[in-house]
Amino acid sequence: MELEKFSYDNKVVKAFIIATVTFGLVGMSVGLLAAIQLFYPIFNFDLQYTTFGRIRPLHTNAIIFAFVGNAMFAGVYYSTQRLLKARMFSDALSWIHFWGWQLIILAAAITLPLGFTSGKEYAELEWPIDIAITLIWVVFAWNMIGTILTRRERHMYVAIWFYIATLVTVAVLHIVNSFEIPVTLFKSYSWYAGVQDALVQWWYGHNAVAFFLTTPFLGLMYYFLPKAANRPVYSYRLSIIHFWSLIFIYIWAGPHHLLYTSLPDWAQSLGVVFSIMLIAPSWGGMLNGLMTLRGAWDKVREEPVLKFMVVAVTAYGMATLEGPLLSLKNVNAIAHFTDWIIAHVHVGGLGWNGFLIFGILYWMVPRMWATKLYSTQLANIHFWLGTLGIIFYALPMYVSGVVQSLMWKEFSPEGFLVYKNFLETTVQVLPLHMLRAIGGGLYLIGAILMTYNLIKTAYAGSFIANEQAEAAPLAKAYSVTSGGWHHRLLEHKPILFTVLALVAILIGGIMEMVPTFLIKSNIPTISSVKPYTSLELHGRDIYIREGCVNCHSQMIRPFRSETERYGEYSKAGEYVYDHPFLWGSKRTGPDLHRLNGKYSNTWHYNHMLAPDAVSTGSIMPAYPWLFEQSIDKSLTSGKIRALRTVGVPYEDGYESQANDDLDKQAAEIVASLKADEIEVMPETEIVALIAYLQRLGKDIKAEKVASSELKTPN
Amino acid sequence: MYKNVLQNIDNIAIWPVVSFVIFFLFFLCLLWWVFTSDKKFIDTMKQMPLNDGGTKTFVKQPN
Repeated sequence: MELEKFSYDNKVVKAFIIATVTFGLVGMSVGLLAAIQLFYPIFNFDLQYTTFGRIRPLHTNAIIFAFVGNAMFAGVYYSTQRLLKARMFSDALSWIHFWGWQLIILAAAITLPLGFTSGKEYAELEWPIDIAITLIWVVFAWNMIGTILTRRERHMYVAIWFYIATLVTVAVLHIVNSFEIPVTLFKSYSWYAGVQDALVQWWYGHNAVAFFLTTPFLGLMYYFLPKAANRPVYSYRLSIIHFWSLIFIYIWAGPHHLLYTSLPDWAQSLGVVFSIMLIAPSWGGMLNGLMTLRGAWDKVREEPVLKFMVVAVTAYGMATLEGPLLSLKNVNAIAHFTDWIIAHVHVGGLGWNGFLIFGILYWMVPRMWATKLYSTQLANIHFWLGTLGIIFYALPMYVSGVVQSLMWKEFSPEGFLVYKNFLETTVQVLPLHMLRAIGGGLYLIGAILMTYNLIKTAYAGSFIANEQAEAAPLAKAYSVTSGGWHHRLLEHKPILFTVLALVAILIGGIMEMVPTFLIKSNIPTISSVKPYTSLELHGRDIYIREGCVNCHSQMIRPFRSETERYGEYSKAGEYVYDHPFLWGSKRTGPDLHRLNGKYSNTWHYNHMLAPDAVSTGSIMPAYPWLFEQSIDKSLTSGKIRALRTVGVPYEDGYESQANDDLDKQAAEIVASLKADEIEVMPETEIVALIAYLQRLGKDIKAEKVASSELKTPN
Repeated sequence: MYKNVLQNIDNIAIWPVVSFVIFFLFFLCLLWWVFTSDKKFIDTMKQMPLNDGGTKTFVKQPN
């Protein structure tokens, strides 16, 4: 058959590489800033745009969606074209994808510091950006599927499967988790409430790790590792098993993020079982990667690309063993809410994603610029700085996590908490946080060296914008020959394949979701739990805006160490009006779910103004702007209407009197502050925030009073 | 408390069982599929990243 001449588009790959490196440096620098803020609060700069609560989502979004996302697109565009022997379907779509994604990143970089956030971890971006993400993802999918349909290679290599699973699943996850009701251009409430919101969020959060940070990178591993080692993957059969069992099992494991919470037990157990099962495909994949290097380990000694990849795959293996172990309830009881989790995710992020990306960049850039790497030595230095960085990051965080947990749970022989004051446990781990920042710093320095090395490499070579290639077109009629027909049948039918992959992930998703949504009418209601008042609602929105949820949980687990410290454990029925849920996933500060009445309004006022003055040694940032800015009362009725739409039972017409209610409640708080000689205007944001903080846990107290009255004989 | 939640859903116990059965059957089919596939075909697939012709322009580094 006559060969067709065509070219591979390297230009868009180059653009994604530049974006990867740029946002990698930005994301890591912001991460380093966040790390430093945790032991030197002065680095919050007393500015609302740079407090930890807003910087931390900026860091996670920059790393996940800007650094790792752009790297994924670069690698996927590079390998897809070559594996399918076709140029990307449409250059226009490639460039819309590229610029659209960068605009989304820009929008995130502006809106997150401004405090526009949905409050849901790793899905903080507000609704207009959510829509933009959906559209750009469709463009990416269109471009990919178009390329697959116009390919010159009949069979799809396993990497392409991983890309297809990524395309389909990320779309499903993003859309389901982003259902929200807009209030203004940059404010919305989650469609789901409380327990359901938590389940959807962690189904999303867990599977975003699976299908944004893992599956595309496994695809890249299956392409770039054999390339770099110059030998085929160890077992192609294993890669098939790896693929299907991974995508099938992964989707079920989300509830392991919610162990011992108010999520129903059966859902928690389901999450645990599937998490343990996940070890098998994950390790299958890791071994497949490492075994690919059999007989080539001598190359690993000399080739920095392989060094990075070996550590990446090993880190993948460690993180995917640790994850299931963390999902065991007894391990989770110790590790959850502590720095242990931070260590775990950074073994995955710095080790697996970061190192695989570095390896791929060191491999791609010299080839795309038709030259040699500028300095192998510099790449080796980067490798060691990065490896030391990971160790200096992870080890202190593991120690810190265990220390925190032990201190939180330590009782004296008399049966009292030894560290009743939460702050003691925070101060104890600060030296470890300093070490962590050093680790992060080393890793960042390594990345800077890489940037220099890659730029010098590019300048030394000449960029091949369109790489010439030739291949025979696909024959129209394809006859299946004997032997392995079933296998080929699937591999050369991308649409069927995509549908099957979708079914595989939907089964898990539906099995997990449907019962939880059926419970909707069955969540044990607590009659004393009422919707938030209008002032509390404003306060809650400030709580969301400032990212308080990044350091404070609102979920007391049923352990004696927690009920002793905080009060009665949290019930599912308490969250029925929480759009979004604010359970949190990390306790840098104490849980706040039973805050009502614990401190006076004056205490809160002083504490938010200068935490360190009220609690000596506190690392919480000060929030001086809350004392200058006013709430926007014109939004009250819109907020009430939006929440009513998603099921909060505000009475008809309440929105017209909501601001009167607000004024009344604000006046009470202002009066109580005045008694302590604090003058404050009732519209000030701090008043609303105090109202919200004092509401936390109030309803359940009323329930107790009501039930004890019932029991009292007349 | 959760017992009540569970009891209020019809046949709740069937969910985990159905989940397990689906996965188990799926996995068996997968194994059958993989181990009965043609070795020659598997080898061709394996070589794909190495035969993609994408590195022609690369100047090979001296060993």
